[in-house]
Amino acid sequence: MLNESGLLVESSKINIVANNKEIKFSDDALALTEKLIKRYPEGKHKSAILPILHIAQAEFDGWLSPEVMDYVASLLKIQPIEVYEVATFYTMFNLKPVGKCLIEVCHTGPCWLMGAEDVVRYIEKKLGIKNGETTADGMFTLKTVECLASCGTAPMMQIGETYHENLTLEKVDAILDDHRNAGVRRTHWEKEKIKP
Amino acid sequence: MGRQLLLDNLDKPGINTLSGYQQTGGYESLKKALQMKPEDIVTEVQKSGLRGRGGAGFPTGMKWSFLAKPPGEPRYLICNADESEPGTFKDRYLMQHKPHILVEGMIISSFALGANTSYIYIRGEMMYVYHILQKAIDEAYAAGYLGKNILGSGFDLDLHVHCGAGAYICGEETALIESLEGKRGNPRIKPPFPAVKGLWGCPTVVNNVETIAAVVPIIRITGEEYAKIGVGKSTGTKLISASGHINKPGVYEIELGVPVEEFIYSEQYCGGIRNGKKLKAVVAGGSSVPVLPAELILKTANGEARLMTYESLADGGFATGTMLGSGGFIVMDEDTSIVKNVWNFSRFYHHESCGQCSPCREGTGWMYKILSRLLDGKGETKDIDLLWDIQRKIEGKTICPFGDAAAWPVAASIRHFRNEFEQYISKGKSDVKHYYRINNLQES
Amino acid sequence: MARVTIDGHTIDVPEGTTIVEAARKIGGDIVPPTMCYYSTLKTSGGYCRTCLVKVTKGSDKDPRPMPKLVVGCRQTVMDGMEVQNITSPEVLEAREGVVEFLLLNHPLDCPVCDQAGECDLQDLSYAHGDEGTRTEFRRRTFPMKSIGDKIKLHMNRCIMCYRCVKVAEQLCPERVHGVLNRGWDAEISTYIEKAIDSEWSGNMIDVCPVGALTDKTFRFKSRVWFTKPLDAHRNCDVCCGKVAIWVSGDAVLRVTGRKGVYHEIENTEDGKPGWICNTCRFEKKNLSDWVIEGPRHIDRHSVISQNHYEQLKQLKQDLSRQKQIGEKAHNN
Repeated sequence: MLNESGLLVESSKINIVANNKEIKFSDDALALTEKLIKRYPEGKHKSAILPILHIAQAEFDGWLSPEVMDYVASLLKIQPIEVYEVATFYTMFNLKPVGKCLIEVCHTGPCWLMGAEDVVRYIEKKLGIKNGETTADGMFTLKTVECLASCGTAPMMQIGETYHENLTLEKVDAILDDHRNAGVRRTHWEKEKIKP
Repeated sequence: MGRQLLLDNLDKPGINTLSGYQQTGGYESLKKALQMKPEDIVTEVQKSGLRGRGGAGFPTGMKWSFLAKPPGEPRYLICNADESEPGTFKDRYLMQHKPHILVEGMIISSFALGANTSYIYIRGEMMYVYHILQKAIDEAYAAGYLGKNILGSGFDLDLHVHCGAGAYICGEETALIESLEGKRGNPRIKPPFPAVKGLWGCPTVVNNVETIAAVVPIIRITGEEYAKIGVGKSTGTKLISASGHINKPGVYEIELGVPVEEFIYSEQYCGGIRNGKKLKAVVAGGSSVPVLPAELILKTANGEARLMTYESLADGGFATGTMLGSGGFIVMDEDTSIVKNVWNFSRFYHHESCGQCSPCREGTGWMYKILSRLLDGKGETKDIDLLWDIQRKIEGKTICPFGDAAAWPVAASIRHFRNEFEQYISKGKSDVKHYYRINNLQES
Repeated sequence: MARVTIDGHTIDVPEGTTIVEAARKIGGDIVPPTMCYYSTLKTSGGYCRTCLVKVTKGSDKDPRPMPKLVVGCRQTVMDGMEVQNITSPEVLEAREGVVEFLLLNHPLDCPVCDQAGECDLQDLSYAHGDEGTRTEFRRRTFPMKSIGDKIKLHMNRCIMCYRCVKVAEQLCPERVHGVLNRGWDAEISTYIEKAIDSEWSGNMIDVCPVGALTDKTFRFKSRVWFTKPLDAHRNCDVCCGKVAIWVSGDAVLRVTGRKGVYHEIENTEDGKPGWICNTCRFEKKNLSDWVIEGPRHIDRHSVISQNHYEQLKQLKQDLSRQKQIGEKAHNN
């Protein structure tokens, strides 16, 4: 159970290091985590694991290393295996490093009918990578995903929290150029939205 | 266009904000409901004939009446916003444009059920909608619609939005509950049902977004009035997500009972098949329901016009009918390869199976592999019978309805388009289209 | 009490009893086979679907049949319920399907598997499976992962019964392994290679219905049917100390809990399952460590029950009893 001194104090006792760097949420992320945990009844704080893993992904370069998962386990005071079990079940959690921009192209039924395969083929050619790979500069990772509930605006893809719909080849070009120019890491829970 | 009870006022500026929503009569239903007795709200919903809009079509009022009420134990209402059924995007559309109708529906429904803490479980991919809902909830708290002693009624409610992280199976209500408890989204073995033991072991109701939202107009116009819309046991309006090879894809609110032919061809709705092509087949209720060829989707086996109702679409059973399901209406033109389509769906089910029970874990992968081989032109005639046998051995044998959902598309594709499977085997390919160019470019 | 009829045999059982437990009280062929259910592990069962049965009458109060086959290990009986197991062709066909699914990716490496001879999957496929296989695809394989020096994990053989996870949850002070990944790729693992070494972890071997978790100290030592099971005990500070030792000559080749007719660890006098500790299981491999009580009777399992020292008489009695039950069911 999380004691009354608050997560900020509690978390300072956790000491997990990866690559000589201490794994630690930012103060904003800790405050948000604490707020999220309070949405569930006393003792049921494990419920907050999915949102917290999203936050962790935003905090730590878009993926969940074993150390990051151990950190989340410590925050929630649960066994690390409980975090691994959850993190490996849900497809939005990246268990390996990804590019700054994870391009998720929907390839399910209705999107296929509208040319999703062509979108994938085009991006593969444009970026010189195959589905599942990351560009050498670490900018883009391409991933096909199952239905994102945007069938009426197919074909579509998601980058960070943004849905890019009714894609054309020109649109794909523009979107990828914009992201390359911005050079910012995008995550599903966007980093700038980690606020208490 | 028929009555618009959910998608009305979408053109009003600021409809996604509290003030904009209130200007169109928003939260008036809540004020009315708080003057009623909770059990009278349940009765009103029963009278309306509202049926679950997530896919199963179970009468909502009946579901609510099953909720156990052991004294001293909290009860929970969860809104299922894990919309992931291929072909379905109505909930996202509604939440994005009119988040307050869901919030208002949640407050009324929680009051009716006696829940003091409620959750909206939204799929993680829709994170931007998560933030829209969070903002709407914050606004509702500030306006006194949430929190302690709502509008002086003595009713307390905390409403939270909770995000998933990528798992179709979490749309199954017990998997959703497991997921909300912070676990893997594995469906529970029933009984016990959530109405008795749900979230954290307490009585729980799980309802789809559209179902909860529909409670708002039901309270406004009364259940009796709502029941006057529609045909027979298909009452009220339904959001249909129209996609595929049509001129006007999008979300349409229909009065249940619109003829399928009108829905596909009229300018009010889908506007016909794009590029002047002919209709080949329709998946009428999301990827899980049986695909029907044009002649059977437009008319029943008896030659009657097929209507957009639970009953009419199911007419003829699975031999010649299908289901309204979630209202994910996927239209395929004459060029479409049904084998490729079902291969695509089978990949989806293979990918999304939670892996708990053996028929689904193994069977979905097996079907996908056989279909992949068929698509590669390396299939044999026996594969068709094998596929048929596998789907039969999955259907009805699994922990949750996912097994059925994976089996039905395969069964229906073989049932209605066996010749196309045979063509892949005899010719190694099909005469129809495999690969669609983006933006409908011609194949180069 | 609730009165339930299974394949024509009627029995009164307390409310809340499951169909499988009621059937086990009747005994014989009408007992649905189970792969994941384990009566003494809470929340077990429901996953493998081998115990699917048909409820032809729900209860006296509500006689409607249940629309789908139900899992006997989880469905509780109602007064007046009527159930078909082996008398329903639908059930037998479904079960054959389940066996096929369970074997679809199973390596069928029985000749080199230590579980062979006492494997529930082997028994199940002999009893309910089809000859041959219809799958022509490469079977799924998992990279080998070490979970310590005492227990061998062969993920390729696993049927995802979840029993070992429940042992870790319910017996061990902390759980370091679980089910990872999803669907087709789901596996039992520790994620990061880590030894599972609580004092009770060895019981995972005893509950594993297949050869996915085996005893490394017994690995490739002998086929089980060449070893002689003896009931034995010792004074143990940690566990009940009541075990079965499997000997060959004077050598104790392995130590297990005492498994009963349904291959579950039997209860000791205190009414609790006789789980044994890792010290008894892995460290006590001398005959002198043990007080021998006598030969262990192996009741049901196919190959080892053919053990040469078992009296054939017992076997014949079993057969005639099952035949009687079968005939009775048929006549009904």
